[in-house]
Amino acid sequence: MSEPLLTVRNLSVDFHTARGTVNAVKNVSWSVGRGETLAILGESGSGKSVSANAVMNLLDIPPAEIVSGEIFYEGEDLLKVSYEKHRALNGKKIAMIFQDPLGHLNPVYTVGWQIIEMMTAHGRPADMARARAMELIIRVGIPEPEQAMHKYPHQFSGGQRQRLMIAMALMLKPDILIADEPTTALDVTIQAEVLALLKELQAETGMALVLITHDLGVVAEIADRVVVMNKGEIVEEGSVRDVYHNAKHPYTRKLIDAAPGKGEIRLLDQAAPLLLEAKKLCKTYGNFAALQDVSLTLARGQSLAVVGESGSGKSTLARTLLCLEEADSGEALWKGRDLISMGRSELLGVRRQIQMVFQDPTQSLNPRMSVYQLIAEGWDIHKLMPDRSKRRARVIELLEQVGLDAEHVDRYPHQFSGGQRQRIAIARALALEPELIICDEAVSALDVSIQAQVIALLDDLRQRLGISFLFIAHDLGVVRDFADTVIVMKSGEIVERGPTAQIFDAPQHPYTQRLLAANLDPDPDVQAQRRAALIHA
Amino acid sequence: MTKMIGQRAIASLLSLLGLMILVFFLSRLTGDPAVLFLPIDATEAMKQQFRTLHGLDLPLIEQFARYVWDLLHLDFGESLRKARPAIDVVLEAYAWTLPLALITMGLVVTSAIILGSLAAFKVGGFFDRLVSIISLIGASAPDFWIAIVAIVVFSIGLGWVPTSGVGTPLHWVLPIAVLFIRPFGLVVQVVRGSMISALGAPYVKTARAKGVKNLPLIFVHTLRNGMLPVITVIGDQAAALLNGAVIVETIFGFPGVGKLMIDSILQRDFNVVLAAIMVTAVAIFIMNILIDVAYGLLDPRIRN
Repeated sequence: MSEPLLTVRNLSVDFHTARGTVNAVKNVSWSVGRGETLAILGESGSGKSVSANAVMNLLDIPPAEIVSGEIFYEGEDLLKVSYEKHRALNGKKIAMIFQDPLGHLNPVYTVGWQIIEMMTAHGRPADMARARAMELIIRVGIPEPEQAMHKYPHQFSGGQRQRLMIAMALMLKPDILIADEPTTALDVTIQAEVLALLKELQAETGMALVLITHDLGVVAEIADRVVVMNKGEIVEEGSVRDVYHNAKHPYTRKLIDAAPGKGEIRLLDQAAPLLLEAKKLCKTYGNFAALQDVSLTLARGQSLAVVGESGSGKSTLARTLLCLEEADSGEALWKGRDLISMGRSELLGVRRQIQMVFQDPTQSLNPRMSVYQLIAEGWDIHKLMPDRSKRRARVIELLEQVGLDAEHVDRYPHQFSGGQRQRIAIARALALEPELIICDEAVSALDVSIQAQVIALLDDLRQRLGISFLFIAHDLGVVRDFADTVIVMKSGEIVERGPTAQIFDAPQHPYTQRLLAANLDPDPDVQAQRRAALIHA
Repeated sequence: MTKMIGQRAIASLLSLLGLMILVFFLSRLTGDPAVLFLPIDATEAMKQQFRTLHGLDLPLIEQFARYVWDLLHLDFGESLRKARPAIDVVLEAYAWTLPLALITMGLVVTSAIILGSLAAFKVGGFFDRLVSIISLIGASAPDFWIAIVAIVVFSIGLGWVPTSGVGTPLHWVLPIAVLFIRPFGLVVQVVRGSMISALGAPYVKTARAKGVKNLPLIFVHTLRNGMLPVITVIGDQAAALLNGAVIVETIFGFPGVGKLMIDSILQRDFNVVLAAIMVTAVAIFIMNILIDVAYGLLDPRIRN
């Protein structure tokens, strides 16, 4: 490594909260050199973003307190320089991009204004800033750059917004770019494009890149070195290949092992009886065709994965099957009876048999209801379990079934971690003894190690209780581990379908091939091979 | 945007109609104007003559039909008390109320935005606490009491300003100052709350990472976002002032629409009451449209 450009040394940060002091990071040290990419890898709550925020002076003090440490840049300790001096460095020498570009761009100003401001805020003339902004908007590949300058953030797609953020960050040719989960909210193919763009721009400018991520695949694709963080401490660091192949710390091992998509692919049981069948479902919103002639079958005890990028119609399909959206045409047969033409009372009965688990349990669980109320509510709606005295015991039984304890029964959602909350959501679905559970991105918001546990739980329920799953996901690794059959959707149409092994081993449709190619493997060697193949092609 | 305003206009016209029906019949419930207008010893024949003159002896439905017919010709009828067109009396009063409301709200909005935003920037700091205390007192102080105390202190005690009436710019000082206090207290608190949450938004973090200075950070990046909920409250407070500040206008003998309305109700001058209510309703309806337009101007997501 060349002379380090930025060095964080023995940084400790505490957060003073109502529930006591949390040591967010403890004695963290890392450094990054010119042209180098350092990944800070960790799960939620590991403190992976804290040191980068300290570098940018973005920590709110209080509640944060920098207990000890130094951050050296160009021979000065950034923790000791004046506010004004630090402000002048931000954006100019060290720039940052974030996870959710929609939230991180100001909704009420044009993107052109926001990009130009990066230079005018540092005293550069506006016409010069305008020219540079145009140059960069073209460089990051935004179509119709002249018009794009006058548009607002909500008028762009997620990938374009992140490209605009990158353009903004590079306005003053910073020495260091810090990217905090820059591709987490993006589809896989878009993620691949954005990572490729970052790499190209790094090669052009020689800037150092600090990439904060939870995704081993992203690390394998783009980073030179990696530091692994757990509970505020660095547990392992080294070159990406070295850490992947010879991880010493048990946490790193666990993280690598939890990465989905490595297990045996299940073989399809052809004999299972049919549970759900959709025939030529169509749904349009105005001129937008959300579903076009979508047909599928799902047998008892099987899991069918629906894969596709955002806007492909996955969630519309789920809502249409639940009759939450009315299909324009087509049939959805539940045990041979058409859901779409069904009367209200019959539909209510079917609704009990089909339950749903949503992506974000923080939002799908009412924060003012206790776990008991959340799980027992369905019994009131469907007039089940009339003997109230038995309900509590049953709720506890369900909690134990999903790996929670009896003592959790009177707590509220905010008292649980993300993974535990998703277990509560699953227990809530199980309470009505469903035959089909629709999981709409049910594990996407969870950390990999938690994700693996929840998938194992779902698989266990499938085997023991014979529940079928309609599993909507964008993460191909998770799908590979859990699904019997896979449907690939694009623009409201099914472009490919088949048993999981066939889709993953011999994809036919170019779009499926593209999706699989864009899916990042946690093994840096595999990623390097794919890159080489791509360049060769 | 234009479509939205059109829909709002139609809805507002319907509510104006409903309001007119309600006020027309309710005001008739207050009793017979002839009893109030004529001397106590007036004979029944005199009263009957008065009623016939003003059409008060007709069946209610016919009175209403006549009223609506006249209204369609923009004729609000005569004021019983002043023997002039009711609409002229009302518009004259509005010529006093409107500048009073505009000046007061102008001061409220400017000062509340500046103080509330600065307080929100350092939550819990000295300035924040000071602003919070002042605004709490302002929002909870009864204006009739403040008006009387202000007269005692500034007019009688110190002799700086006149006690009541109109005529010189100095006459405006106390009414504006008293009317200012309560909306100011409320709006400051809403600005502060809205700005605290807006300052926690991710785009503010981006601006800080860009190296934007504090003042543009607050007043350019955050304020425009933080203003959205504030506008609703500002509109609400402005509507109250357009209604005429009944108590304050009465105490200061300010000839605005609030004082006119209360006088007309007491005198059963139905046509003036109705005209005043209809004009106020139109003013509030126009202001609501202005608020919708302001929303659209501030937030491009609403515009399209």
